[in-house]
Amino acid sequence: MIALSDYLILGAILFAISVAGIFINRKNVIVLLMCVELMLLAVNINFVAFSHFLQDTAGQVFVFFILTVAAAEAAIGLAILVVLFRSKRSINVEDMDALKG
Amino acid sequence: MQFDATQLIPVLPEISLLTLACLVLLVDLFIREEQRIASYVITQVGLLVTVAVTLAVASSETQIIFDGSYIRDPMSDLLKVGVLLVTFISFLYAKDYLIQRDLFKGEFYTLGLFAVLGMTVMISANSFLTIYLGLELLALCLYALVAFNRDSPQGAEAGMKYFVLGALASGMLLYGISMIYGTTGTLQFDELAQVVSKGDMNQIVMIFGIVFLVIGLAFKLGAVPFHMWVPDVYHGAPTAVVAFLASAPKIAAFALAMRLLVDGLAELNGGWQGWQGMLIILAVLSMGVGNLIAIAQTNIKRMLAYSTISHVGFIMLGILAGTKEGYTAAMFYTLVYALMSAGAFGIIIALSRKGFEAENLDDMKGLNQRNPWFAGMMLLLMFSMAGVPPTVGFFAKLFVLDAVISVDLTWLALVGVAFSIIGAFYYIRVVKLIYFDQPEDETPLSIGVDTQVMLSINGLSMLVLGLFPAGLLSLCAAAIGS
Repeated sequence: MIALSDYLILGAILFAISVAGIFINRKNVIVLLMCVELMLLAVNINFVAFSHFLQDTAGQVFVFFILTVAAAEAAIGLAILVVLFRSKRSINVEDMDALKG
Repeated sequence: MQFDATQLIPVLPEISLLTLACLVLLVDLFIREEQRIASYVITQVGLLVTVAVTLAVASSETQIIFDGSYIRDPMSDLLKVGVLLVTFISFLYAKDYLIQRDLFKGEFYTLGLFAVLGMTVMISANSFLTIYLGLELLALCLYALVAFNRDSPQGAEAGMKYFVLGALASGMLLYGISMIYGTTGTLQFDELAQVVSKGDMNQIVMIFGIVFLVIGLAFKLGAVPFHMWVPDVYHGAPTAVVAFLASAPKIAAFALAMRLLVDGLAELNGGWQGWQGMLIILAVLSMGVGNLIAIAQTNIKRMLAYSTISHVGFIMLGILAGTKEGYTAAMFYTLVYALMSAGAFGIIIALSRKGFEAENLDDMKGLNQRNPWFAGMMLLLMFSMAGVPPTVGFFAKLFVLDAVISVDLTWLALVGVAFSIIGAFYYIRVVKLIYFDQPEDETPLSIGVDTQVMLSINGLSMLVLGLFPAGLLSLCAAAIGS
């Protein structure tokens, strides 16, 4: 039997990796989008684990909604990425420096 | 549970908005380019109809429907009317700007209306699931709107930054929600409040969850140190979009804070252990950093962005007081701020024209010689933001400070006053540029009649509400239920 804490630790590790990825990554915007997805999946692990151990389905329903929203979010993110690439000819994070002050 | 059609009555505002958004989407497909104005007219009429519907279903009692995931109470009625009216105003300002820049597309209104739908869902949420869905519907539409001018590299960059940081905030919020769900076993705010009052949970997990929840909330509100996206988005997005983004979503963000922290977790606000301590830190930092950095700005949109951050600090002061007076004051502040902000961006839009964006403070120079009436309106708006009596901004600040002092946080009120004096500098600098400098650009302003009327109403409302603040205040007090 895998304990609840094991799932939570896995969730926390994935969450930490994704947050670190967003802040450390200086090269590629697509990696940022992947980190955002990973973050939502880390939360999903938490929800499913809690839902199972609480014997309550609401958490699993929440996961379905998060998955749906994540898909919509990826669509919008990639659309903005295309617009960005068309105007800047680059998806390098360091090139996003026009707005400062 | 049996389905009951009468349950749909309290949701009529949302149904009306959804119908309207779909209608605009469809109509826009079948009309020619030169008839595009039809989409705009349908949107505006529909928003007013939705206001009427909201008022028709409003009542002083609270209704909780859809198995406890949706709530209709006096607070939601007032905030929804506020969101709809402010959206109406900002769409009206946006029209000429969009036409002049070939951005007058039906998508602007469709996205805007879905964003408004997201806001109303958030305002009426009674469970974490509903509030999350409303929040995402709002955020996804705003990301797309910020990058709406696809030929502008700045707009795309602002959209990307907003998207990444907004998604990060949603992730933080969700992580906090998962922790709170795990320790209390419920997603509904009213059940959550019961569990919290019994103390039937793991304290450490709960605090862990609240920390993430508050971080996510601070990102969405744009409070320091989670404010990085605000200036970039205000600077990079088309001004017409900023007029919308800087006004109505602030009301929704206030609702988000009220629903998350007050409806479910009100008993956990106490002292430095609960969310009150976290909000104190965020509020002090927001007022400080916002006002100080705003002084150094030369771009007026960036300056107003930092001013937003400092106003968010003030709104947080009202919420963290944790009393009904505090919530009433914060609500009054939010509604007034949304109006001020829409008006200020309305003036910036009015100063711009085809091929010229009024973005710098220097573009304000000598406005009094170019158009004395709108110079006067900008004066009222700036004085109201600075909190100069008799404009309404003064009373908004006064009520918030009063609420903070009544819970024995006098030092916090003093900090607030000190920073708003610092903040007054950069608002009054705008007034100085308008009245005492020579214009560099003598082109007369060409403002449409509808915009002129609305800008005048918006500017004068600062004075009228300031002279008679009791009406709006009693509406807010009734909405909070004190």
